[in-house]
Amino acid sequence: MNTVIFRTIAPLIVAIMAVFSIYILLRGHNEPGGGFIGGLIAASAIAILGMSSSVGEVRRALKFDPLAYAGFGVFIAGLSGLASLFIDAPFMTSIWLYLELEGTEVALSTPMVFDIGVYFVVFGTFSAVALALEDERDGGED
Amino acid sequence: MGYSPETSIVLVAIAPFLAAILAPATARFTGKAAAWVLAIVPAAIFVFLLRFLEPVAGGGVIRASLEWAPAYGIALSFLIDGLSLTFALTISGIGTLIVVYSGAYLAGHPHQGRFLGFILAFMGAMLGLVLSDSTVALFTFWELTSVTSFLLIGFDHARQAARRAAIQALVVTNLGGLALLLGALVVYQMTGQWELSGVREAGDALRENPFYGLVLVLFLLAAFTKSAQFPLHFWLPNAMEAPTPVSAFLHSATMVQAGVYLLARMTPVLGDTVAWTTTLTVFGGVTLLWGAVAAIKQIDLKQMLAQTTIASLGLLVLLIGQGSEAAIAAMIVYFVAHAFYKAGLFLVVGVIDHEAGTRDITALGGLMRRMPASFLAAALAAVSMIGLPLTVGYLAKEEMYLAQAEPDAASLLVLAAMIAGNALLAGVGMAVAVRPFTGPMVETPKHAHEGPVAMVAGPLLLGALGIAAALTVGWFGHVILEPAGTAVLGLPIESHLTLALNPASVLFWLSVLTWALGGLVFYQLDALRAFLRRADAGLGWTFDKGFDAAMFGLIRFSGAVTRFLHHGRLELYLVVLFAFLALALLVPLVSLGGLDVLPPFASFGDWATAGWSWSALTIYEWAVVAIAIIGLVVLVAAQNRLVAILSLGVQGIAVALLFLLFGAPDLAFTQFMVEILSVVILTMVMTRLKLDERDRRPFEDALRDGTIAVLCGVGVTLLLSTILTGTLDMRLSDFFLTTSVPIAHGHNIVNVILVDYRGFDTLGEISVVMAAGIAILALIRGQRGATGVAKPKRARRAAK
Repeated sequence: MNTVIFRTIAPLIVAIMAVFSIYILLRGHNEPGGGFIGGLIAASAIAILGMSSSVGEVRRALKFDPLAYAGFGVFIAGLSGLASLFIDAPFMTSIWLYLELEGTEVALSTPMVFDIGVYFVVFGTFSAVALALEDERDGGED
Repeated sequence: MGYSPETSIVLVAIAPFLAAILAPATARFTGKAAAWVLAIVPAAIFVFLLRFLEPVAGGGVIRASLEWAPAYGIALSFLIDGLSLTFALTISGIGTLIVVYSGAYLAGHPHQGRFLGFILAFMGAMLGLVLSDSTVALFTFWELTSVTSFLLIGFDHARQAARRAAIQALVVTNLGGLALLLGALVVYQMTGQWELSGVREAGDALRENPFYGLVLVLFLLAAFTKSAQFPLHFWLPNAMEAPTPVSAFLHSATMVQAGVYLLARMTPVLGDTVAWTTTLTVFGGVTLLWGAVAAIKQIDLKQMLAQTTIASLGLLVLLIGQGSEAAIAAMIVYFVAHAFYKAGLFLVVGVIDHEAGTRDITALGGLMRRMPASFLAAALAAVSMIGLPLTVGYLAKEEMYLAQAEPDAASLLVLAAMIAGNALLAGVGMAVAVRPFTGPMVETPKHAHEGPVAMVAGPLLLGALGIAAALTVGWFGHVILEPAGTAVLGLPIESHLTLALNPASVLFWLSVLTWALGGLVFYQLDALRAFLRRADAGLGWTFDKGFDAAMFGLIRFSGAVTRFLHHGRLELYLVVLFAFLALALLVPLVSLGGLDVLPPFASFGDWATAGWSWSALTIYEWAVVAIAIIGLVVLVAAQNRLVAILSLGVQGIAVALLFLLFGAPDLAFTQFMVEILSVVILTMVMTRLKLDERDRRPFEDALRDGTIAVLCGVGVTLLLSTILTGTLDMRLSDFFLTTSVPIAHGHNIVNVILVDYRGFDTLGEISVVMAAGIAILALIRGQRGATGVAKPKRARRAAK
């Protein structure tokens, strides 16, 4: 797997995939996409990075343990549901906020925060599993 | 009045828990004074409850209720009547003395704060139990007493015996707790009431219900486990592993009385039937005699008292079973008398153990001169236990003999059991109070001297109360006996307690007979003990051993079940899983006529009329189908594992393309990613497993797996075809189509459903995804060994 071509081009692919995953995540409410699929793309990016360089390097690049990302995802997903407490509505009632920024309408909402949570859970969990498996493949050389 | 009784009553049940949480911190900051500080809480509750004595004696019932789960009609409701007030006063009063006593008993113990916290939490649970009116609250507090009692018995957790006793008590009493929960649910089904007072108002409704027997059995099981009735009594003597203050509090005056309380509480609705009277009388009587005889066998002072507690509990149950006015009156007076003298005696035994270093009755003697105050306390308690005149124990005994006035055979039998039981108890009481203190001085492990004030004041006070209650018999009858008896019987009763001795009455001579027999037991104690121990050794089997056998049997059974189901062979797991999938698909289709709705093969051409004809497929759509089929063929034919995995991926991608072509872009999108990731992960797992490159398996295995696979495939195909022949219910789809933009502000319906309409489901699902991830990591790291676990941490540290 560790051919020169792959190693050279992998960071480029990974960067594009990472940006693409966020794009997919954010457009999900109106176009095909969403947190789950975005998270899967991001996790694939991490898996590719792990193959092209060492797992240790990927872990360093991530800063936090992948599972911590997953935990953070569940946390903000739950938190987005609690926001409706402030408007005296049942748990997970969605709240929408439309901002006019230089003529463009930007929609912020609790479902969006929730979707970001889903993204993090999927990304964190699948990256954790992929990295743990790749770690073994590397023979723990990191 | 300047306070609201509602909130204050709720506070009575909650304050001890708050104090319990603060107890460890209090112990740290106040040191030796901690127990005195914390005793303020039970003392304040006691004083607060005293204010209800007069209103309740005047026939008042005080209620308080908080909303709990209004949707189910469940409230956190409390009720103070004569019965609950008697119990609550006993619990908080003795609780105060116990907390103070514990401070001295465990002076210098590193976990004193924790211990006091457990005691206070237990007291809160017990107060909540006797004050609750809602069966749900009753059950909750009931279980809390089991849990706190578990913590207290196992307090000395470094000893195996203490741990075993704690688990045994928890198992046995929780059995009863479950029965109580079931009983509460059945009562609710029968009467629609969660409130006990409401059930009482329903009168004969329970007794006339065909399920009366079920309710009776459930409540009796609850009461019998908690109150250690034969044959579920064996946990109580083992619970003596707890520090002595715990034994004095839980296993004499309070927790074990919870069962007695429950029976008394349920008397108006369950009592007064043949089944009730017979069961309680028989079990109570057997328990009385069993406990009294077992007490003779012991040489450990605490064990002697524990066995007499079992006997006393049997006596109380027996009296409730009799259910006459005199019997209930005797039950209440005996409960009070027993709480005073038994707690007092336990505390004195604690002092002896603490100061002399042993509780062995044969190794103690002549302590009177060194511990005069303790001796006085023991003597005061013992005279009440024996039932000498001028004590509350005497009043109880007279009243219970009076209840057997009917000259029929059953009454005479009960009377004989009572006299025998009381005589044995009197003998043991004399032995506990007299043996350690009189006779020649015996050398003890520690140099014995009088205990500290905090430890001696409690038993002295309890002993004095046993006399004081008798001396103020008129007042005692008016504020305790009459309201409590009224609460149990449901009709007003009048106290006729009197201290006067009447030699013309047969009752007086029955008392004299009891004392005489008690004296005989006391003098022949050693001979009796030797005889009973020989008989015991001949028997060789105890209920305690039976419990062990049952527990180990349970462990062996669950081990066998686990090994059968969880054998660790992946191949077999998959075979079972997919075989059942095939069954689940095919059996309903065949047996419920699902296949009948399928169009006959000849009419397959009709699909053209549904707008989906063969010719409508373009060339590239045909190509995708061809790729999928090629992927499948290669997968089945592949000799190499890697080729198989890759061709599975090819087939999956082709299916994803089909989704994309036929209008499910979201599904296709996800399918692409899932296919890619599964190929990657499967490949990695395969390399990890270090298998042969080729998969060589016997022909019969391939045949078996192939058959199951084909059956699953046929099943899914038939299922989908069946679904497609029906008319599609579009209501949900239409709802989402019309509402997704106006109310959920999104055009992508799939995503809107996931994050908004059914967001709660998704929240659960992502939690499961994460939990599964953690489990997978644990599996991978578990195989790798301890060094691998530290790896991510090392990597993180390096990053900083």
